[in-house]
Amino acid sequence: MKTPNKSRDLTLTTAAVGLLLVFLWWANGHLDNYKIQVLNLIAINSILALSLNLIYGFTGMFSLGHAGFMAIGAYVSSLLILPPVQKEMIYILQPLIWPFSVLQAPFFIAVLAGGFAAALLGLIIAIPVLRLGGDYLGIATLGFAEIIRVVFTNLTPITNGALGLKGIPNYANIWWNYGWCLLTLFFLIRLINSNFGNVLKAIRDDEVAARAMGINTFKYRVVSFSIGAFFAGIGGALMASLITTIDPKMFSFLLTFNVLMIVVAGGLGSLTGSIIGSAVITVLLEWLRFVENPIDIGSFHLDGIPGMRMVIFSLLLILIILFRREGIMGMREFSWDSLINRFSRGGEAR
Amino acid sequence: MSANPPVLETREVTIRFGGLTAVSNFNISVPKGSIVGLIGPNGAGKTTCFNIITGFYKPTQGDVFLEGKRITGLPPHKVCEEGIARTFQNIRLFYNETVLQNVMIGGFVRQKSHWWMPPLLIPSCTREERELRDRAMALLDSVGLGKLAGEISSSLPYGAQRRLEIARALATKPKFLLLDEPAAGMNPQESQELMDFIKRIRTDFDLTILLIEHDMKVVMGVCEHIWVLDYGILIAEGNPEQIRTNPKVIEAYLGEEATQNA
Repeated sequence: MKTPNKSRDLTLTTAAVGLLLVFLWWANGHLDNYKIQVLNLIAINSILALSLNLIYGFTGMFSLGHAGFMAIGAYVSSLLILPPVQKEMIYILQPLIWPFSVLQAPFFIAVLAGGFAAALLGLIIAIPVLRLGGDYLGIATLGFAEIIRVVFTNLTPITNGALGLKGIPNYANIWWNYGWCLLTLFFLIRLINSNFGNVLKAIRDDEVAARAMGINTFKYRVVSFSIGAFFAGIGGALMASLITTIDPKMFSFLLTFNVLMIVVAGGLGSLTGSIIGSAVITVLLEWLRFVENPIDIGSFHLDGIPGMRMVIFSLLLILIILFRREGIMGMREFSWDSLINRFSRGGEAR
Repeated sequence: MSANPPVLETREVTIRFGGLTAVSNFNISVPKGSIVGLIGPNGAGKTTCFNIITGFYKPTQGDVFLEGKRITGLPPHKVCEEGIARTFQNIRLFYNETVLQNVMIGGFVRQKSHWWMPPLLIPSCTREERELRDRAMALLDSVGLGKLAGEISSSLPYGAQRRLEIARALATKPKFLLLDEPAAGMNPQESQELMDFIKRIRTDFDLTILLIEHDMKVVMGVCEHIWVLDYGILIAEGNPEQIRTNPKVIEAYLGEEATQNA
């Protein structure tokens, strides 16, 4: 079906990636730190949204445990990149116990280790929890994320308790973030477009029929959940290095909610949607900060209300659910064909 | 019955749900290459039998054998791996996927590559997937759905959805195919086409077929041997002619009075 245009699509995709890199290079040199921070957040939120979309949008498992996996990834990778001197300095309540106090790894390895740690934990909790379905799964995974948070608060010899980790080296620059983002995107595009991706969607659409077709649905649900946890861990690791300070409070349900909002707004079951959703929501979240500042409309004065933008976002989510349940993209994906057809009016639809 | 060895055999299969015995002492033996039917009034336990054979229910007693191998209690996906495929009474397609994807999902059970291979661009996996796609296309062409391969399966007309469900089951390369009311909701012409279709896939794919059906014209038209189930008990078996004239069968379907008046 698509074979004749394969080489054209490859060329166009390479060109688009090249263009993105040129833009990032330009941005890196010309934009101020605040705007670069927003660009970084878009990349990390994309990784998080893509991973949740794999679990929820493509495999149909309503999971609210994302903050938990992010916490694992963030802590594991941070412990690996923190210099020993810094570790001694911040662990004031109780010293860091042995293997962690000397372990060191380059940034790439540390992020990867964070991903694998999250995936391993995902695997361990998936086996009991994925016997549940629907809302029950959501509640169980939410509980799991809370457990992680509480454990991290109390595991002072490893996590430094409620004080968290400070002075994490700021390696996660725009290149690392977008590099990981593109890697995640590539991995998931290949996965979703393979027959294995079809199988995941089959499990989402009709699990009974999938089982009758010889698919070990439990196994593949566990696999999908663990892959999602892996990339959530990667996202958490990058986030930790980007903002250089983490503590257990950061990984509360609100973080999962943000990612969930991106996924739902972008479109459940659309990788393109998750990317667009990340860009739109991240920028909106920053731009909407003005509503929390004092505003003068004519002679009318409004005091700034902290937290107002979250109210607006909750309203937005309700509006999406009421009027556009499928999100920005629905289940559609971006393709060069559809883009070209849109611009050349003569082209037939699809 | 013919001298062919049985493809499927059930021995004294019984299933109880709490105090209710849904199926009891279910013994059938299906010869290789035949098309056989399982009929009975509503609620007789026909679909329950299908669910036992395909592993969705575990029988309380008794055993199921596929080509002499005991498959009782295997989970559904293992049963499918062993070579039993089925369709459902109310069509269960993967409605958000295209027609081609539906059939490819059916082929997954025979796929050798692992899930982590496509992202790593492993050549053998790419090749296998291409072959799978070609095979799925060929299968769709052979059931007359080739032109609709790119359509989303929920947009298909009813008859085509039925055929797609059978094509998807065929993609798992079964030895034994179970069809649960394939003619439900079809007009006489469509059911005539269906009968030809069932006979054709039997020879083309070297299948043995067991079907549940209420449309007597279809049952009598394609089945070589029929079992009749009533309240979970086999009350009769034989060729279509024997079944048509069996007083027990008439009684089960029409009630006792009808037999007396007849």
